[in-house]
Amino acid sequence: MLKIIDLHASVNDKEILKGINLDIKPGEVHAIMGPNGSGKSTLSSVIAGNETYEVTQGDVVLNGESLLEFKPEERAHKGVFMSFQYPVEIPGVTTTNFIKTAINASRKAKGLEDLPANEMLKKIRETAELLDIDRKFLSRSLNEGFSGGEKKRNEIFQMAMLEPKLAILDETDSGLDIDALKIVANGVNKLRGKDNAILVITHYQRLLDYIVPDFVHVLYNGKIVKSGTKELAYELEEKGYDWLK
Amino acid sequence: MSTKTKYTEEHLKKELETQEYEYGFYTDIESEKFAVGLNEDVVRAISKKKEEPEWMTEWRLKAFRAWQKMEEPNWANVKYTKPKFQDISYFSAPKKKPKLDSLDEVDPELLKTFEKLGISIGEQKRLSNVAMDIVVDSVSVATTFKKTLNERGIIFCPISEAIKEHPELVKKYIGSIVPTTDNFYAALNSAVFSDGSFCYIPKGVKCPMELSTYFRINESGTGQFERTLLIADEGSFVSYLEGCTAPQRDENQLHAAVVELIVLKDAEIKYSTVQNWYPGGKDGKGGVYNFVTKRALCETNAKVSWTQVETGSAITWKYPSCILKGDNSVGEFYSIAVTNNYQQADTGTKMIHIGKNTKSTIISKGISAGKSQNSYRGLVQINARAENARNFSQCDSLLMGNECGAHTFPYIEVKNKSAQIEHEATTSKIGEDQLFYCNQRGIDTEKAIALIVNGFSKDVLNKLPMEFAVEAQKLLEISLEGSVG
Repeated sequence: MLKIIDLHASVNDKEILKGINLDIKPGEVHAIMGPNGSGKSTLSSVIAGNETYEVTQGDVVLNGESLLEFKPEERAHKGVFMSFQYPVEIPGVTTTNFIKTAINASRKAKGLEDLPANEMLKKIRETAELLDIDRKFLSRSLNEGFSGGEKKRNEIFQMAMLEPKLAILDETDSGLDIDALKIVANGVNKLRGKDNAILVITHYQRLLDYIVPDFVHVLYNGKIVKSGTKELAYELEEKGYDWLK
Repeated sequence: MSTKTKYTEEHLKKELETQEYEYGFYTDIESEKFAVGLNEDVVRAISKKKEEPEWMTEWRLKAFRAWQKMEEPNWANVKYTKPKFQDISYFSAPKKKPKLDSLDEVDPELLKTFEKLGISIGEQKRLSNVAMDIVVDSVSVATTFKKTLNERGIIFCPISEAIKEHPELVKKYIGSIVPTTDNFYAALNSAVFSDGSFCYIPKGVKCPMELSTYFRINESGTGQFERTLLIADEGSFVSYLEGCTAPQRDENQLHAAVVELIVLKDAEIKYSTVQNWYPGGKDGKGGVYNFVTKRALCETNAKVSWTQVETGSAITWKYPSCILKGDNSVGEFYSIAVTNNYQQADTGTKMIHIGKNTKSTIISKGISAGKSQNSYRGLVQINARAENARNFSQCDSLLMGNECGAHTFPYIEVKNKSAQIEHEATTSKIGEDQLFYCNQRGIDTEKAIALIVNGFSKDVLNKLPMEFAVEAQKLLEISLEGSVG
């Protein structure tokens, strides 16, 4: 599904990613762990197409097609979703209106008509039920005055609505207490399927207790220095990152 | 990114430059136009052309004499070359203009203009319940729905007609809220206004449809000075819509209107404006100078709401105001003002509390992009007799890019201790992070800006009548296209 080949990326001429290789197949969940400043968030931003970062070498390929030529919204239309570490607030725009706009933008890109209002409402209702989200919450302005947990749940709600092929969860556990973490992880698990893939980016092992990955990779200083199964996460928890330097 | 074409601010600027003003076409209708210049003879000639009675001619001359002694105001936060008042033609009318009884008799070219504006009158007539008076350049062309309104005793007609047919009403109220000597532009308007709309709602009548006026400047080198007079008699209600467009021209066109609303005991007027005069080119060339005086007088228990969406004009100078004279009267001002490129807007309101228990609400949303300057200027005045007066003001500004400006000038004068006044203000900026977030969800930058701006303006858009709200949203989108990278 997603192939990352010798990816180098820099910001303001400073190289952050120094040759990343990754191969994610449909149905798999991969976790990327690493200390602060190792390039985790840069990797997710580059996949999503954030123009702050410049790709200097290598490629990011989704289902046989290089993503680098495409704008962020075009990548989204192709099935890339990123759950933000810090979701932004958009005052006056309800989550419902926002997700409706997003879904119809993707449909338009595929040459489809807008989703009829009744079908949209049905989808929203079903997704809210699946993720145990109060629908009143969806008529509030997007992320405005939301708690950290509410923001992350809202991200997962949008992910469920958009049905991405590749979902990147960027530090989804940051700022969450254990109860909020369980709710969010539970939502993600419901969305796991044989046709989609998930890339979990995290600093701590604890999220991986709830979203159990097939593979764990350690990112250090812009490179993947070790890959393994979920046991690697426990090893990291125990020993820290220093032994990998 | 290496080979990828980045959608940068440069691209957006390009796109904006090639973006044409949607209403910038010129209809070739033969016009009859006075020679340029202004003196007593021109004022008399306008009055004569309109076949006005002697009292009206005198009223105009009085205004003209006052105007000659007045100076153009300088206090607004706008910079422009003052119009050369002797280089303007003060009267322009579509020429083929016999008295029209039905729309079939309207010049087909003119009807085409309306269609381009998206206001096919036929459609309007069939689909919506809107009675419409259309003023092109200076003359009122057609008033639809006259008969339906007549049955309820509602008068809705060009003011030139009202002067002849209902002189008692016009004489009593014209200039009663905005005196001829009120300010420089009001005096000029009083002297030379050529047409406008007049409306009278009788006692206890709820107007069954929205009344609407469409103003358009067509002829070059002309000024447009329309005069609107609305009287809501005791216990009546009317919702009134006003739309404005002008074709694209390199020179500045002058628009100086006066609107007077008289809201008698227990009556209510809802006055909504979507103003889209040509804003000038990307380089700041051309565009309409919009110097407008709008004021309402509320008697006991009366209510007036001004709702405006201002996206056009090179210069806007406009403060729709409420004189809350009667006890328990209510004044509301809801405004969205958008400026882009080199546009400058100085707009706001005045709430004058005179009666007891009077209440006013001000919600102003300013959106600035490009190199524009957007100022809110508002006065809340609580007079000594106004026991328990209340005001709530909220002024929010949204900025795009680093070259525009937003300014707020709130004035508060309180002479009664029982007054309760609240003022809130915020300034925010559309951020790269907001845009990237929307992009990541599949929403392109243009659409993202529209979404953010609509969210920002929601409180005001909600106050507009349905059909108008949709048009206003579209206008916001058009005005801001390509304004952020």
